[in-house]
Amino acid sequence: MNGRGFTPHTEEEVAEMLSFIGINSIDELFEVIPEVIRLDRELNFAMAMSEADVIDEFDRIGRNNKANSDLVCFAGGGAYDHDISYATRSLAGRSEFVTAYTPYQPEVSQGVLQAVFEFQTLISRLVELPITNASLYDGASALVEAVNLGVAQSGNNRVFVSKAVNPNWRAVLRTFAKGSGHDIIEIDLTNGVTNWDSIISLDSSDKVLTESSMQLPGVVVVSYPNYFGCLEDVEGLRSWANRIGALFVVVYDPVASGVLIPPGALGADIAVGEGQAFGTALSFGGPYLGLFSCKQELVRRLPGRLVGETLDSNGRSAYVTTLRAREQDIRREKASSNVCTNQTLMAVTCAIQMSWLGRQGLKELAKRCINATNFLRSRVLEVDDIFALSDAPHVRDFAISLPVTADVIIERMAEEGFLAGIALGPQMESDEYSNVLLVSATEKRTLREIETYVELMRKVIK
Amino acid sequence: MSTVRGGEVAAGRSSLRGGGVAASIPLLGNDSEPTIFELSANQRSSCSFRTTGIEDYPLDKFIPKKHLREDEVQLPQVSERDLVAHFTRLTHRQYSVDLGAYPLGSCTMKYNPKLCDYVANMPSFANIHPGAPSSAIQGWLEVLVRLEEILCEVTGMYCATLQPAAGAAGELTGLLLMRAFHDSNGDKRTHIIIPDSAHGTNPASVTLGGYLVTTVPTDSRGCVDVSSVKKVAGSNIAGIMLTNPNTLGIFEEEIVEIAQLIHGCGGLLYYDGANFNAIMGKVRPGDMGFDIVHLNLHKTFATPHGGGGPGAGPVVVSKRLAKFLPGPRPVRIADRERSFVKTNSKPEHSHSSQVYGWEMPESSIGRVHSWHGNSLVLARALAYILYNGSDGLKHASEMAVLNANWLRKRLSNNYDVAFDRTCMHELVLTLTKFKKDFGVRAIDLAKRLMELGFHAPTIYFPLIVDEALMIEPTETESLQTLESLAGALDQIAEEAREVGASSKFHEYPSTTPVGRVDEALAARQLIPTYDAKH
Repeated sequence: MNGRGFTPHTEEEVAEMLSFIGINSIDELFEVIPEVIRLDRELNFAMAMSEADVIDEFDRIGRNNKANSDLVCFAGGGAYDHDISYATRSLAGRSEFVTAYTPYQPEVSQGVLQAVFEFQTLISRLVELPITNASLYDGASALVEAVNLGVAQSGNNRVFVSKAVNPNWRAVLRTFAKGSGHDIIEIDLTNGVTNWDSIISLDSSDKVLTESSMQLPGVVVVSYPNYFGCLEDVEGLRSWANRIGALFVVVYDPVASGVLIPPGALGADIAVGEGQAFGTALSFGGPYLGLFSCKQELVRRLPGRLVGETLDSNGRSAYVTTLRAREQDIRREKASSNVCTNQTLMAVTCAIQMSWLGRQGLKELAKRCINATNFLRSRVLEVDDIFALSDAPHVRDFAISLPVTADVIIERMAEEGFLAGIALGPQMESDEYSNVLLVSATEKRTLREIETYVELMRKVIK
Repeated sequence: MSTVRGGEVAAGRSSLRGGGVAASIPLLGNDSEPTIFELSANQRSSCSFRTTGIEDYPLDKFIPKKHLREDEVQLPQVSERDLVAHFTRLTHRQYSVDLGAYPLGSCTMKYNPKLCDYVANMPSFANIHPGAPSSAIQGWLEVLVRLEEILCEVTGMYCATLQPAAGAAGELTGLLLMRAFHDSNGDKRTHIIIPDSAHGTNPASVTLGGYLVTTVPTDSRGCVDVSSVKKVAGSNIAGIMLTNPNTLGIFEEEIVEIAQLIHGCGGLLYYDGANFNAIMGKVRPGDMGFDIVHLNLHKTFATPHGGGGPGAGPVVVSKRLAKFLPGPRPVRIADRERSFVKTNSKPEHSHSSQVYGWEMPESSIGRVHSWHGNSLVLARALAYILYNGSDGLKHASEMAVLNANWLRKRLSNNYDVAFDRTCMHELVLTLTKFKKDFGVRAIDLAKRLMELGFHAPTIYFPLIVDEALMIEPTETESLQTLESLAGALDQIAEEAREVGASSKFHEYPSTTPVGRVDEALAARQLIPTYDAKH
């Protein structure tokens, strides 16, 4: 009984099927496998369990996690603790969305296709760029694909990346550069913002590099706001990138873009971000969704899937995945991306939550996050021995320097029921940051939680 | 009928006021659904925000005006009731596994257990920040470590990374592992061997991994041509990528010889796990000689496909590749003495009570995901595995292969099987004769089948089969469903022989939410957003 709930075959039917095929046993079907490699024993893990036993087991395991109901979440860094509307939870949980395959047959996939088309429109409106794909795996993969596209378009594999871009994403970029051969140059920071002056002089028009031996990049990547929550001035950088013919990639925060100048208006050729904040739970880091938008002229190099509107045989509106000739299953080794499965369900979720928020709601959400984060920042900086990493304007994260290592503070705060933030030392792979903590407050954080957080910090840093 | 796009087809549209129109036939209607943008009316809203007690400061107290946008983002303004109606009506225009069989070859569209939905929605797993300290995530680490142990056992490999978010991400990760391995030996190799029947992601991943593709042909039995492998196996070969059973649904019987050839020239073997559903508990890639394996949890381990993701593509490797794996890796702290770990690798702040922690492999290629992978997909897969158990997984593979072979036999009266011999979990038909004799192509058959209520099989793949129709029933479909599917295919074969079938088939499908979709028009006049045409 146990372990057979998902296979309908009765013994009688199995016998009938074997006889129809003209064989006597199931084993005969596997005789094509050479005997020398056949597994001659049972797999060595537990036998089937009942559904109730599996759930009990996960209940038991889950008690060893501290969820956001046990640890008040003040951590951000690309994963944010937002409220999710029950309308979103309910709609995105519908099995027609959850259990559909990739919409290769558009006539029976209009639901997913139209939802993705609406997602593409919503993100394009947010970033003010005309092309948005159907999503990528996560923020990091969106960044990798943006750099790949930029290198292909500029024909120059040298890439300048600000160290204020999410350090985990930069790590992923470095990993994949080992295959693509891209030359990734990471630009140092000063007080939490990118010190572009350390490598280029933005004022002069010709000799832009301080080290004359250095070649110009084909792609320039900046984060707005950056990983430390700071807003950098990117205008000078944008015009420099334009002047030298490099593609300008802007990493953005989709909630903050509800009130900030959008990447398209900043002059981004490509805008990438992490879409988790719109309707996807913290989920221990995944599945999330990578947001990828670009200018019209780059559409033929777009990675991943793109849904377009068209007509059916009766002249009615219909949707279909389009410009398929770019994709790996057709271009094979000539494809510029290998993306096949993406994060469609999260894109549909994102579209629903953004529509639930609506025009006023997105602005209100962004304002509340910025307000709470800055209020918390000003309060926590009143504590003796806690210092700001940067005095730039902050959006939804901020970094503080502590008198002890951030890891220790996080553990002490966890004992008090608070997730204090993210320790930057391990992420930035630098001892310089071992006492630095990255903190965020979303619209969920209350005055009482913030005041308790500050009091506890005062206590635990001693 | 006039040619119109978008929601304008619905009658009685009053665009001046905004707010769109109510669907004229919500119950089982085939009207186009207006976009969410057409349903918008100024000042309508759904959202609400909690009371926080924090004073509301003006935005420009924190953010200089030059950074602020002037207008609000033009998101739709809809009531929650209309929002729910809109997306619910969209779901009525969508096929799904929960609705019926999805016999897409190479996609393993098996039933997705509801039990796993429950697990993925448990707050004690879903509401965890990925940056939380290891003392707060012992449960999550246990899930990841246990899943890794089982994936190793079922593949016959040594250890894994769970970070890759999909099969293609796993492939690229695997190729970077190959590269790291050869580099560590000071060995510069340039080419990867791929059979001509391979999935398109294989060659695309090879290019992104910085390698060149050497294609080898398929022999008359539907297997990799071993003599061709022998010819190209040399000091420039970094490895081979194989799917076994291959995309024709046939087991590569000469895999042992192939492994000897590749290992003999210093290369590595990569196993594309797309077809792993055929062999659980029967034969293991590790025992076949593979060094690197990716698994598609959204195929074999029943995690739902989400309309095109999320998936998960863990990569499992042999011992000699372990030290190159992406990190940080979840581990049982007691196992920390395993040889491939950096000796100075220690948890961020270890409590003696902690059973699980993170560690970095000695020569790690680095991260391949923003965090730890598609964690909730990984948890679903573990729930599926625990439910089925070691015995249930083996049974699943047996029934998948039984179903495919029953269909192969059952369909062979009316259809030509591309390589007609015992298949594994899927079979490939070729419609060459239908095209030549009746002018009916694979795409026509696919559209007719949908009209008869079944999702179409995979068509035009593998590329080496003319007018290919690739059918993978999976183990979760009953004999009655298979009989019904075969009956529909028999009916189509009869219809194809009728006079005028060719033009008649072009009109299909007509009972689906939309008729045959003009894909060429979509590419010629690109409309990628609602705003592109307004």
